[in-house]
Amino acid sequence: MSDVTLQEPYPDVPTGRPSIRPESWWSVKRQAIKAHKHAYILMAPYMLLFGMFTVLPVIMSIVISFTYFNMLEFPKFIGWQNYSKLFLEDDIFLIAVKNTLLFAAITGPLSYLACFIFAWIINDLRPKLRAFMTLVFYAPSISGNVYFIWLMIFSGDRYGIANGLLINWGIILEPIQWLKTEAYILAIIILVQLWLSLGTGFLAFIAGLQTVNKTLYEAGAVDGVKNRWQELWFITLPSMKPQLMFGAVIQLTSSFAVADVSIYLAGFPSVNYAAETIVTHLMDFGTIRFEMGFASAIATVLFMLMVGTNLIVQRLLRRVGE
Amino acid sequence: MNFTIQLRKKRVNRSFAGSFMLFAFLAVAGAFMALPLVYAINAAFKPLDEIFLFPPTLFVRNPTMSNFVDLIALLGNSWVPFSRYIFNTVFITGMGVAGHVILASAAAYPLAKFNFPGKTLLFTTVVLSLMFTPQVTAIPNYMIMSWIGFIDTYWAVIVPAFAFPLGLYLMKQFMEQIPDALIEAAKIDGASEYRIFWQIIMPNVKPAWMTLIILLFQLLWGTDGNGFIYSEQLKTLHYASSQIIQGGIARAGVGAAVALILMSVPITLFVFSQSRIIETMATSGLKD
Repeated sequence: MSDVTLQEPYPDVPTGRPSIRPESWWSVKRQAIKAHKHAYILMAPYMLLFGMFTVLPVIMSIVISFTYFNMLEFPKFIGWQNYSKLFLEDDIFLIAVKNTLLFAAITGPLSYLACFIFAWIINDLRPKLRAFMTLVFYAPSISGNVYFIWLMIFSGDRYGIANGLLINWGIILEPIQWLKTEAYILAIIILVQLWLSLGTGFLAFIAGLQTVNKTLYEAGAVDGVKNRWQELWFITLPSMKPQLMFGAVIQLTSSFAVADVSIYLAGFPSVNYAAETIVTHLMDFGTIRFEMGFASAIATVLFMLMVGTNLIVQRLLRRVGE
Repeated sequence: MNFTIQLRKKRVNRSFAGSFMLFAFLAVAGAFMALPLVYAINAAFKPLDEIFLFPPTLFVRNPTMSNFVDLIALLGNSWVPFSRYIFNTVFITGMGVAGHVILASAAAYPLAKFNFPGKTLLFTTVVLSLMFTPQVTAIPNYMIMSWIGFIDTYWAVIVPAFAFPLGLYLMKQFMEQIPDALIEAAKIDGASEYRIFWQIIMPNVKPAWMTLIILLFQLLWGTDGNGFIYSEQLKTLHYASSQIIQGGIARAGVGAAVALILMSVPITLFVFSQSRIIETMATSGLKD
């Protein structure tokens, strides 16, 4: 790829009549745009919708976060007030931030590791068994809202599965109110979240492992790679860097967005806000109290947190193996 | 003798103890992943007294179809005919998936194969949008939906799904591996760019279609209307089923039956398309 600078920037542009004076940057661009008219036409429908439902809302959200807005009156500019209120006066927001970071710090890396480790072990299986185990691990994440099962498992009476088994084995005498006890709520949500988290990133790893060049392993064995751990470290991981980075984005982003599971299992609001996350806090102000300016400030903080963390992690991962 | 040689040939650097340990770990983890689903499947066939047996059992002892019979009876009584919920979900899923595959592929082709001004900016924006979840944009999205009159219509769910960023990303990565020579040859034969896209590129990215289909399918199949749909006759199957599941103890069996029906569809779809999805995912990597 070192000769890339020798190429013209847009090689398939027709040059047209040779002009006497050197062409300006803009006219070169305009020609390039004209030559690729079909590209823009093909992209137009998608990009229009993408701009309308993804890019524009992000910009609007940032703008609205500096206003007082209740959906009835025209938004009123109030500067940083929403943010100062959020961080200085809103105690529950701080609980939400703490819980979200806790969820993200635990489920993010854990689910990422789980995705990789299971994909790695599965990759050593024979094809039929490999397809079956892939299904077993991937199924929870695609089966929709079956996490109601966990409500049956952690139900507070003695018919709940966890309570039933523990009582039957004589470990506890009285049923535990799992989802009404602050100490258990977070752990249970993390458990369920992990159960649901082997999704797209997991598939990307399964696929990535299958594309690692097999001759590299043989060459490695000749060069003195002695066991599977060295093979993993020196050959597999460096060969899979692109998939590792993609998987990181997928796993991290979803680890910040814990809300559905929390609301479903712990209720909304949860006992003493034990399961309040930034997203549930956002829903509280956006869909119940209609303080849209304030809710947008929460959304903007969440946006910065997600994108910022992702960019940092990308930078770190890029360095792995260099 | 033959057997040992085959084993040794299969893979270098694999100790028996290590394999045993790792596969044991995989089996335990697999059980953790599978047991809740196995329980859910069995619960759908349990008579009510067996669901609330103490101590709880995993497998059904006297399988019965009564939960499904009750479900049908319950559906007959609902205010909106249940077929309407099914139609709503099938319509939203079908339209959304079809539109997404076509629009995302059309946008992915130029991004993968041409070098035009603005390409880097557009693709970087798409990658950035993978880094946050839709909750961030929920409030402005509601405002936009009401400006364009999409509130309380199917379109509020369908149209944004067309522009689902992960689909475009995966499709673009997959298209990059189509040889340029194929496109060049078609160009020499006089095909227009649109014809090349439709007749050369699209048939060659079928594995990626399947991937986009299953990713969007699971998203739309499980939608509850995203807060945009209010009319009872427009509500989705997922909404109706969560009403049933929340019906309490008396409905526990029916709830399990409904959940089984709902989850069997995406899982079946995945079973039949797994190899093609893995093929697409091989190209999913983020490059520097």
